[in-house]
Amino acid sequence: MAVYEQQELRKPPISQVGIVRWLRVNLFSSRVNIGLTLAALYMLYIIIPPLLNWTIFDANFNFGEFSIFGFEFGEVMATNTNCGRSAACWPFIYEKFDMFIYGFYPRDLVWRVDSVFAMTAMLFVIVRLVRNRKGSAKILLTTFVVFPIVSFYLIAGGVFGLEEVKTHQWGGLTLTLVIASVGILVSFPIGILLALGRQSNLRVISFFSTIYIEFIRAVPLITILFMASFVLPLFFTGGVDFDKLLRALIAITLFQAAYFAEVVRGGLQAIPTGQYEAADAIGLNYVQKNALIILPQALKISIPNLVGSSISLFKDTTLVLIIGLMDMLAMVNMTANDINWLGRETEGFVFVTMTMWIFLYSMSRYSRKLEVRFSTDHKN
Amino acid sequence: MKQEKSLLSFLNNNETRAIAFQVITLLIIAFVFYSGISNLIFNIEAREIHTGFSFLSNRAGFDINESMIAYTPEHSNLRVFYVGLINTLVVAVVGIIFATIIGFIIGVARLSNNWLISKLAAGYIELFRNIPILIQILIWYNMALLTLPSPRGSFNFFDSIFINKRGIYVPEPVIETGFVWVLIAVVLGIALTFLMKRHFKQKHSKTGVYTHTIGYSIGLIFGLPLVVFFLLGSPLHFDYPALTGFNFKGGRTFSPEFLALAVALSVYTATYIAEAIRSGIEAVDKGQKEAAAALGLTQTQSLKLVVLPQALRVAIPPTINQYLNLTKNSSLATAIGYPELMSAFGGTVLNQVGQAVEILGMTMAVYLVISLLISLLLNIVNKKMSIKGQ
Repeated sequence: MAVYEQQELRKPPISQVGIVRWLRVNLFSSRVNIGLTLAALYMLYIIIPPLLNWTIFDANFNFGEFSIFGFEFGEVMATNTNCGRSAACWPFIYEKFDMFIYGFYPRDLVWRVDSVFAMTAMLFVIVRLVRNRKGSAKILLTTFVVFPIVSFYLIAGGVFGLEEVKTHQWGGLTLTLVIASVGILVSFPIGILLALGRQSNLRVISFFSTIYIEFIRAVPLITILFMASFVLPLFFTGGVDFDKLLRALIAITLFQAAYFAEVVRGGLQAIPTGQYEAADAIGLNYVQKNALIILPQALKISIPNLVGSSISLFKDTTLVLIIGLMDMLAMVNMTANDINWLGRETEGFVFVTMTMWIFLYSMSRYSRKLEVRFSTDHKN
Repeated sequence: MKQEKSLLSFLNNNETRAIAFQVITLLIIAFVFYSGISNLIFNIEAREIHTGFSFLSNRAGFDINESMIAYTPEHSNLRVFYVGLINTLVVAVVGIIFATIIGFIIGVARLSNNWLISKLAAGYIELFRNIPILIQILIWYNMALLTLPSPRGSFNFFDSIFINKRGIYVPEPVIETGFVWVLIAVVLGIALTFLMKRHFKQKHSKTGVYTHTIGYSIGLIFGLPLVVFFLLGSPLHFDYPALTGFNFKGGRTFSPEFLALAVALSVYTATYIAEAIRSGIEAVDKGQKEAAAALGLTQTQSLKLVVLPQALRVAIPPTINQYLNLTKNSSLATAIGYPELMSAFGGTVLNQVGQAVEILGMTMAVYLVISLLISLLLNIVNKKMSIKGQ
């Protein structure tokens, strides 16, 4: 009887396991791929080191003296002259930070803006907590009605002994967020009405809704902003001193409503006819039918696209700079015109770009997450 | 009693209600329009603003540094409108060409099996898509002004293209008499190519003999015009830019404003086109490629005859939509002062004349027409590309 001896297992070749295999498959699988990889690495070598040098290694971080647990850090705060021109001068952003966030909002009142920010953060927590709970719709609806009103009065003041802050003092990121949230909240119901109007059997209503939606979507936002700032006041009787911010808000709301309407219409079209017929069969009237049967389903399908459309709106808020509102982007030139910090536009642009990017990137990630969560097809 | 009931049923009648709703809507719209416009007329008269389109023939009185057609401050406001319109179209066409090229490359790179290339493409998309286009325009513009050299130290490409702080200088083609024959030859070449392709396609389906037509096509489209060009004694020469004193003379100049706008628009729109291309290619079922291979088609044939036609069907409509968005976004040139329609006409002329209703109306009408044309194109494309036989 032959004796079989278990041989020691041979190790797989080094080229077939671990990082070597990964590199071979993903970076060096063919001659073309080797070339592409080398070209890409060379490109990164050209771009990345100077970028890092400018933003970090050669940059100036002297924010002045400060101490943590008794340890002294830093030196004298850098000024424009001793900062150098070849790399970033971050003390500039440090000193102008308030300008970028609050604009010309009175400095002793910024706690009001801060509390709105804090409330917004709390709002996210509330939404997360009550989601999937019984009666969550009521809580959410109340929050979404109460929150904007409270925030508005906190920022604007003029009631309950709060000092009034005129809108021309609003600025920076605060203004950007105000415009974006008002734009989204107000244009959403208008958009729903327009979408229903366009889908309506009543010819007159569907005609005017269609004309409105198609016209607004055909022209650039900037023309509507100009219309709002030059022509809109003429439409009202005593409209000579019409608040500048209000004009921009009206323009952005009217603009966004048309886009929301198209998104909601897409959702409405996805609802099978049977749903309409069933609602008719149990004797619901038009309002009941839409409010209880059609819209809840249509809006649910549209949520990812609604977020997508809100992202575009958030990007578009930067345009108010052109009609002279002091949003975050406008602060770049404003702060770089300070006699002590002349010519620091680049730092400002980098800061504003990064802030906007973080907002927009997280929003787009969120929308993609929603898309996955709401997708009901099983193609993949 | 009976009458009441019939009145009630009359009120509850769906048709009556429908008519009533529509009449009420019409009345509300009419009222809003009426009060708005009467206020408008009143306010315009109270402020002594002129009305009507007579301002179009008035002298413009300001200079435009960049124009495709002859323009001096002595020209009329209508001329400014044309200058702006042409500049809008120029920047839109340039932007569309580059956005398509970049978008296509990035979209394909996104699907590359090379990890680094695919991640770089993804990084490009995530970076530029999530920065508002206005910020990008301003950043490119500031970068151009900060980093480009003075005319004396300008970047020199083959002694014919120069880039410096004042813009980009390229040779300008000067057309002489007889050049029109070359253009006719181009058209003729394209027409002949079509006929030839049809002939060989028919031959292919009749006899199964496949003929490569690429050589003939190149000969007809490029060779024929070249022959005509040289037979006529080269009726075209280039006016090269040259440094004289402190600045360049000759050639055609594109300002830093134009450069910034074109680069920003292409880079931004390319991210959307890349996503369209990617989703188009991903939409083609793997089985299609396998079926093509099973039929014995080569890699190129499979790509050309099976994969691309299906991928493009998905990718082209959103791409055309992005062309429209790019054209609309070109109006943001107002922020850096490139004299396109919104900036030159809707901005400068508006500030001088003050007739906002007419001027903004004309500007909006242009964008409306452009967008109608593009949706018309989209409809034609959709009809042509819709799956037949289903």
